[in-house]
Amino acid sequence: MSFYLAIIGTKDNAVYELEFGTYRQGGDGRPRFSADMKQLCPFIVHSSLDILEEMQWNTSVMHLKVIDKFYNYLISSYITAGNIKFLLLHETRADDVIRQFFMDLYDLYVKTLMSPFYSVDQPITSAVFDQRVKMLAKKYL
Amino acid sequence: MSRTPRQIGEEVWKTRVEKVNAELVTLTYGSVVAQLCKDFGNDYIQVNEQLDKMGYNIGIRLIEDFLARANTSRCRTFKDTAEIISKVGFKIFLNITPTIGNWSQDNKQFTLVFDENPLADFVELPDDGKAVNELWYSNILCGVLRGALEMV
Repeated sequence: MSFYLAIIGTKDNAVYELEFGTYRQGGDGRPRFSADMKQLCPFIVHSSLDILEEMQWNTSVMHLKVIDKFYNYLISSYITAGNIKFLLLHETRADDVIRQFFMDLYDLYVKTLMSPFYSVDQPITSAVFDQRVKMLAKKYL
Repeated sequence: MSRTPRQIGEEVWKTRVEKVNAELVTLTYGSVVAQLCKDFGNDYIQVNEQLDKMGYNIGIRLIEDFLARANTSRCRTFKDTAEIISKVGFKIFLNITPTIGNWSQDNKQFTLVFDENPLADFVELPDDGKAVNELWYSNILCGVLRGALEMV
């Protein structure tokens, strides 16, 4: 069971991305995408941005759940108050768990924003952030 | 009776100090340092110097405010000075009490260790290899101490 997480900025630029696998049921956390899928992940996720932008004006909640499907892969999304989009490509439905994951990720993102040397839409390159996202993935997914 | 520096500090903090939002201070100071870094093109030595100068200007004025609020008597020894700085000075202005340590042989030098630094909450230094070694993020505090102590 593998996941692909992407954080997209306000100008549709990539801010952060991570591939990981599930830690449940003896999984070891490594993603198991086939070679084709590996190349397609960013494409699929970015193509769902149009749907996301259409939907965001119709709802007032931040967690938009599943917004798109690609064969047997689902794409869930969460939009933040600053119009930053979190997109997660996954295989099985798990709305509640993914919502909690996104909320904690939002928390982490706000803490990153608080640093004076980080400006909005800048790619996140901090190893600490990376490590914390992986810990969150381990905790929820 | 407020005799020990710690008690003086606590009492003044509770009664005679107006409070301001800590996040406002943190974010303002952060923007100042980030803007200085941009303006000097990441020349961290220059940035450190500027922070020290800014601190110095603050310190020469801050000492009057401090003496007006704390109303302490003249320090007889350098050790008294250290206690007053740590338990009254920092307490009044930042609500922290750094620990004093590492007195030198001739009792002319000591260190202040900060367990928590409200100026640097959530700050991550830029990842360009030199910032971690060269930038003194809270250098304004050094300037403030230098300015304040020069006036007395």
